[in-house]
Amino acid sequence: MATQTPATEVLDLTVRKAPRRHWLEVLHDWVTTVDHKKIGLMYIGYSLIFLVVAGVEALLMRIQLAVPNNHFVSPQVFNGLFTMHGTTMVFFVGMPILFGFGNYLIPLMIGARDMAFPRLNAFSFWISAFGGLLLYFSYLGGSGLYGAGSAPDVGWFAYAPLTARVFSPGHSTDYWTLALLLSGIGTIGTALNIVATTICMRCPGMKMSRLPLLVWLYLVTSGLTFVAVGPLTAAQIMLMLDRYVGSHFFDTQAGGSAVLWMHFFWIFGHPEVYILVLPAFAFANEIIPVFSRKAIFGYPAMVAASVGIGFISLSVWAHHMFTVGLGPGANTFFTLATMIISVPTGIKIFNWLATLWGGKIHFTAAMMFAIGFLFQFLIAGLTGIMLSVAPFDWQLGNSYFVVAHFHYVLVGAILFMIFSAFYYWYPKITGRMLSERLGKWHFWLFLIGFHLTFDLMHVPGLLGMPRRIYTYEADRGWMIWNMLVSSGAAIQAVATLLFVFNMVWSYFKGAVAGADPWDAWTLEWSTTSPPPSYNFAKIPSVGSRRPLWDLKHPEDPDSDYEMEQSVPRKRSEESK
Amino acid sequence: MFGSQGWCGLAAIGLSAFGASPTNIFAPVGTPADSIFGLSMLVLGITGAIFLVVAGMLLYVLVRYRSRTPDGTNEQEPPQIYGSNQIELSWTVVPILIVVMLFLATARVIYSTQHARKPVAALDVTVIGHQFWWEYSYPKLGIVTANELHIPVSDPTHPLPTYLTMSSADTDHSFWVPRLAGKTDLIPNQVNTMWIAPQTEGLYLGQCAQYCGTQHAKMLIRIYADTPASFAAWVSQQQQPAVQDPNVAEGREIFQHNACISCHTIRGTVATGRFGPDLTHVASRDTIASGSVPNTPANLRSFVDDPAHFKPGALMPPMHLDSHDLDAVTAYLGTLK
Repeated sequence: MATQTPATEVLDLTVRKAPRRHWLEVLHDWVTTVDHKKIGLMYIGYSLIFLVVAGVEALLMRIQLAVPNNHFVSPQVFNGLFTMHGTTMVFFVGMPILFGFGNYLIPLMIGARDMAFPRLNAFSFWISAFGGLLLYFSYLGGSGLYGAGSAPDVGWFAYAPLTARVFSPGHSTDYWTLALLLSGIGTIGTALNIVATTICMRCPGMKMSRLPLLVWLYLVTSGLTFVAVGPLTAAQIMLMLDRYVGSHFFDTQAGGSAVLWMHFFWIFGHPEVYILVLPAFAFANEIIPVFSRKAIFGYPAMVAASVGIGFISLSVWAHHMFTVGLGPGANTFFTLATMIISVPTGIKIFNWLATLWGGKIHFTAAMMFAIGFLFQFLIAGLTGIMLSVAPFDWQLGNSYFVVAHFHYVLVGAILFMIFSAFYYWYPKITGRMLSERLGKWHFWLFLIGFHLTFDLMHVPGLLGMPRRIYTYEADRGWMIWNMLVSSGAAIQAVATLLFVFNMVWSYFKGAVAGADPWDAWTLEWSTTSPPPSYNFAKIPSVGSRRPLWDLKHPEDPDSDYEMEQSVPRKRSEESK
Repeated sequence: MFGSQGWCGLAAIGLSAFGASPTNIFAPVGTPADSIFGLSMLVLGITGAIFLVVAGMLLYVLVRYRSRTPDGTNEQEPPQIYGSNQIELSWTVVPILIVVMLFLATARVIYSTQHARKPVAALDVTVIGHQFWWEYSYPKLGIVTANELHIPVSDPTHPLPTYLTMSSADTDHSFWVPRLAGKTDLIPNQVNTMWIAPQTEGLYLGQCAQYCGTQHAKMLIRIYADTPASFAAWVSQQQQPAVQDPNVAEGREIFQHNACISCHTIRGTVATGRFGPDLTHVASRDTIASGSVPNTPANLRSFVDDPAHFKPGALMPPMHLDSHDLDAVTAYLGTLK
């Protein structure tokens, strides 16, 4: 059996109270930090701000759509709202919040003191943050289509040739392009850092086969980021050249190709969905076992399924283009590729179910959000199968059914899992527990609001309502659905306020957490809450996938199981 | 507080809203929409069954294996199970079989729709998407019109489909009439085709389904499926040159001496612009502003005065005519049956 550092032996050097410092000193400390935990927290803080901003944009849209022929906002403003909502949620909420958690957790979970490249880490954060500010500066600095409005209004996937200077003469499209270019550079930097950290910074005994699943999934996400963000960045540069140097990549008026942009965008855009959802899987892989009190079921299959999803997700992009006229051959191929991805995804769902099976399930707020994730991800996957059927997609594509489907993924699965991660790791980050009572209120309110909004949002899609319309005709039978959808959005807003209140209140008044409040098994729980800047006074060494389980259960350690697993293999190797 | 009656009432309203929609994808009236509907019922059945099984398992597990001890008390940890190759193999293989089945059914509909042989009798229509209206021309019949597409019904025993050859004059658009067919994009520099074959006469609604700019929302589609006789009558009427009514000579003069003619065509006059809709028979249409308002003299007057009144962001500029000229132009356009 390998040796380990028991959690209790970790030297606690943080008990001494630090003297109160001037706020400028604190600010200077945060701005110049290269500590992975502080950078992670800055990522999370900045994406939470953008979450509120983009959430308000969504609410304004829902007010406008509650009744037909509404005049709450003008079409110019509405088109800006949905463009900004989508762009913000994907690039300045989803990516940074997930990379923020990754930054915070990965070194702690592999027993390292920091990321591999701390200064690259700080650079990545600041350049991404600058991208977000640039996007919103467009409200002051750029006019939209035909000089209308004052923000990007070309849609978050900005199809050519709407972005050409003929149709979008102001600077708003340039702000959009530059913002994505910069955030893309930051994203690639962080992905690089995560890969290098995972490969090179693991503590003694942390073989790849003992890596916590969270870290494995971040590794896959980072690999996907390399492949996916490159084409997006290239396309942004080509668009800039089209707009200012007179090249004709996407300029259809001069023989360019609108479809080329679609290929570039979606070869980024579909892996992007998995870049966002894999970290949510990562959280589930840590949280579901701890609150079922069981090891994850089928660790090797979970790793294989994640890597499989990573590869297959690179070959499905044109299912966003079933109506573009690629012909029956391409449509058939991309139908098959898209359907196949449901197989590894199904393995994950079944393995989570099997993890719950036979466990002792504790319904904490974190676990309730994780179960919500499981349920909603199941539905999102099934509507995904419907959309993968190309002929069905000819009807459903670009309708509100698609909007409902991807919000089921992004809100029902990813945001639920992010909330779960907050309830689970907030004690580690701040040293205080979030209120469980408020957490359960938050869960039930958000669940009701979510289902009211996004279950019913499928229906207007089935009734022929396309997305991105600022208003609709009264005779289409869409009104009652839109009214209910909008009312659900209001409930979600209230639940989110409750969550924000919980975070602030618990920071000051929450129960003190201690190092390991959940009786969990991975290394981050072996150090103090919050962890000192050097994470571990003494670098731990591990002998199994769940080092703290082995410590707490010397009678039935995981390392025994791993020995059993490896012995027959060694024997068969010897017999060769 | 919300009794069962209330819920029933709500459900009834919901269902009636579903049935009453003129753009319901589950109420097909022609072949491509029909075969898509059949396939989608199969897909809904399979995914529904999967949902019931998996969600049922989840519910069972949550109830059966919930922790029964209050928090904070020490309890025995459950037995640790790390995995099982046989079980995991089974939930890999069964989904693969379902995928194969679903894929074959899908491939069949893809090819029967996008690879169908075109009948000789098929009607050809060229569709050009514009910001924010539709141009329809019938090359073999010599007709050009806008926003309201007339086609003959297609008898299932003697199919007479309409083939749409589509492209765009500016940005991407998408042609979607849910009860007739799925959508097909109109992309500049590219020609796409689709076909429709409504089996019952009537008016079928739809709209642009690809964001194309400020007024994307009011780029509506109206397809009139006519009986063969009324379609023939419509064709011969549309083939006539524009009506020359002497009573509205003043309005015609004003029209021809303003910027109107640089964007609009009225066949048989000096107006030969191609940027906006053909107005040769504008008075024969039920709606103006690409289907967004009824074609009444008051609406027409208001539209000519300032199109942004109905469609903010429309590319036609306000014409700045005085009240007298507006009346005259409206009267002139009203005679163009």
